Amino acid sequence: MNSRTRAIVLASGLALLAAVPPLAGLLDQPFYLDLVRRVMIFAIAALSLNLILGYGGMISFGHAAYLGIGAYAVGVLAHYGIDNGFLQWALAIGASALVALAIGAVSIRTSGVYFIMITLAFTQMLYYLGISIEEFGGDDGMRLAVKSQFGLIDLNNTIAFYYLVLAILVLFLFLGHRLVNSRFGMVIRAARSNEARTRSIGFSPYPYRLAAFVIAGAMCGLAGALLVNHTAYLTPEFMNWTRSGELMFMVILGGIASIAGPVLGAFALLFLEDALSGWTEHWQLILGPLLVLSVLFFKRGLAGLLFGKNE
Amino acid sequence: MNIILILEQTLNGLQLGVMLFLMAAGLTLVFGIMNLVNLAHGSFYMVGAYLATTFYQATGSFALGVLLGLAGTLVVGIVVERVALRTLYERDHLDQVLATFGLILFFNELMAILWGRAAIYATLPGYLSGHVELFAGLRYPLYRLVIIAVGLAVAGLLWFVVARTRLGMLIRAGASNRTMVAALGVNIRLLYTLVFGFGAALAGLAGLLSGPIHVVQPGMGELILIEVFVVIVIGGIGSIRGALAGALIVGMADTLGRAFVRPMLATVLSPTAADTAGPALASMLIYLLMAIVLALRPQGLFPART
Repeated sequence: MNSRTRAIVLASGLALLAAVPPLAGLLDQPFYLDLVRRVMIFAIAALSLNLILGYGGMISFGHAAYLGIGAYAVGVLAHYGIDNGFLQWALAIGASALVALAIGAVSIRTSGVYFIMITLAFTQMLYYLGISIEEFGGDDGMRLAVKSQFGLIDLNNTIAFYYLVLAILVLFLFLGHRLVNSRFGMVIRAARSNEARTRSIGFSPYPYRLAAFVIAGAMCGLAGALLVNHTAYLTPEFMNWTRSGELMFMVILGGIASIAGPVLGAFALLFLEDALSGWTEHWQLILGPLLVLSVLFFKRGLAGLLFGKNE
Repeated sequence: MNIILILEQTLNGLQLGVMLFLMAAGLTLVFGIMNLVNLAHGSFYMVGAYLATTFYQATGSFALGVLLGLAGTLVVGIVVERVALRTLYERDHLDQVLATFGLILFFNELMAILWGRAAIYATLPGYLSGHVELFAGLRYPLYRLVIIAVGLAVAGLLWFVVARTRLGMLIRAGASNRTMVAALGVNIRLLYTLVFGFGAALAGLAGLLSGPIHVVQPGMGELILIEVFVVIVIGGIGSIRGALAGALIVGMADTLGRAFVRPMLATVLSPTAADTAGPALASMLIYLLMAIVLALRPQGLFPART
């Protein structure tokens, strides 16, 4: 499939997403509006993870940390009566970037299985930190009484919120595309495929990897800010380690190292979860082995299936 | 803070340490030999706890419950290795992490179906409950002393097996060059299955020992698993010595941190500030320790000799 048809498929996919609110209104199924909005928020998070996991080869098992940081940034400011959305979301992005800088600075020094374990452990640390702060509800979490205030855009209007999430998703797809095809992105990809050669042509991978790690964390922080507005509830569960695993699965199911893949993966995983949990209470008993099988036999992911071989 | 309290918490730390070691030893052996990252290691911990509790209730004998629980976990480990994990040895770490993550979902849900989602409480037989007076003023639960003894005995046994027996020689040889070991006529697949089952049984032992102290519930394995990762990162992956050192360090730091960080902060901060910051800092302590170790020695304290 050439790039022209690929662009057509992508455009029709986005058009389909844009058509969800009127369709849901027409069919009187507001539930789907809610579901697709949630999926798109996770798609943003998965997309950011893919920048480091797919293109950078950094297997971060702790990406849910930034969902949590972004959510806490909004929730904590709201808790102290600061409802300005611009301020809240700027803090979400900034704080996530800072935390990613600290975690990345330590963990990128290592590689392979160490990197997996360390990113997982640091996220667990933040999870326990969230649980232990009673001021913000401890492990029960707390309600987000007032959503982020933006003046013109009212997030309580479900349709306006939906289109805002869609716009951010499209923006991030574009930014991600530009990023991985830039000089910076080339270095990241080169370091993944052959670190020794990358060094020998004069690039030290560490600062590039760290920068990518911080960018991915910041993007995911914004997804966290969206998520807490979506659920109107702040809980340390956003940072639960299973959430990090789910984000990884979205990337893998969608197809590693393709920009739109994680979006497909997010849809596939969350719709599958929704369908299975509607069918039986013990849906994880089925989902688990399905995921194992997908890892064993479905390596190229949905994007690979749809668009043919990438890169 | 008096000396009795410090001693008591040190023993608690030792007890947590040996528990972490039982988990870390299996995980690090499997990684060292098969190059496999097994997230589902925590599931064996859970399976061991459930099986032993159930067998104890059915037979009325604690010892029999422990033995059957161990045997059961060994069998489950071998089955999982044969059915699911064998194909993963040649895959990259990402695939291994994802596939074993899927296994965790499966096992947690399976336990919930078989035993229910609510926690079950394991009990102790009369001869293991109660306290012993170690010396004047320090009465310590007998069962925790038993755990410490069992853990140290297993550590000694493990050292003996790995360093002094033919099986141990094969394990060490397999860790350094598996192709060569296979070429010398050793059935490497059988060796893998044995090592994996053995590691699973160790995790099961940790789980069934912890049953009467903590609660037995679905998902109990994952919380300890992440602490075990910290142990392995600190100790250095693939080395039993590192696992023991890391486990004791993490066990002590975690236990002593939870007991003493708040009172120590209270001496410098206001009581309310200490009440807020104390638990938060204590829960983060082992992860901060990990960060420091990594900054100084990225390969851990006792990296496996290559």
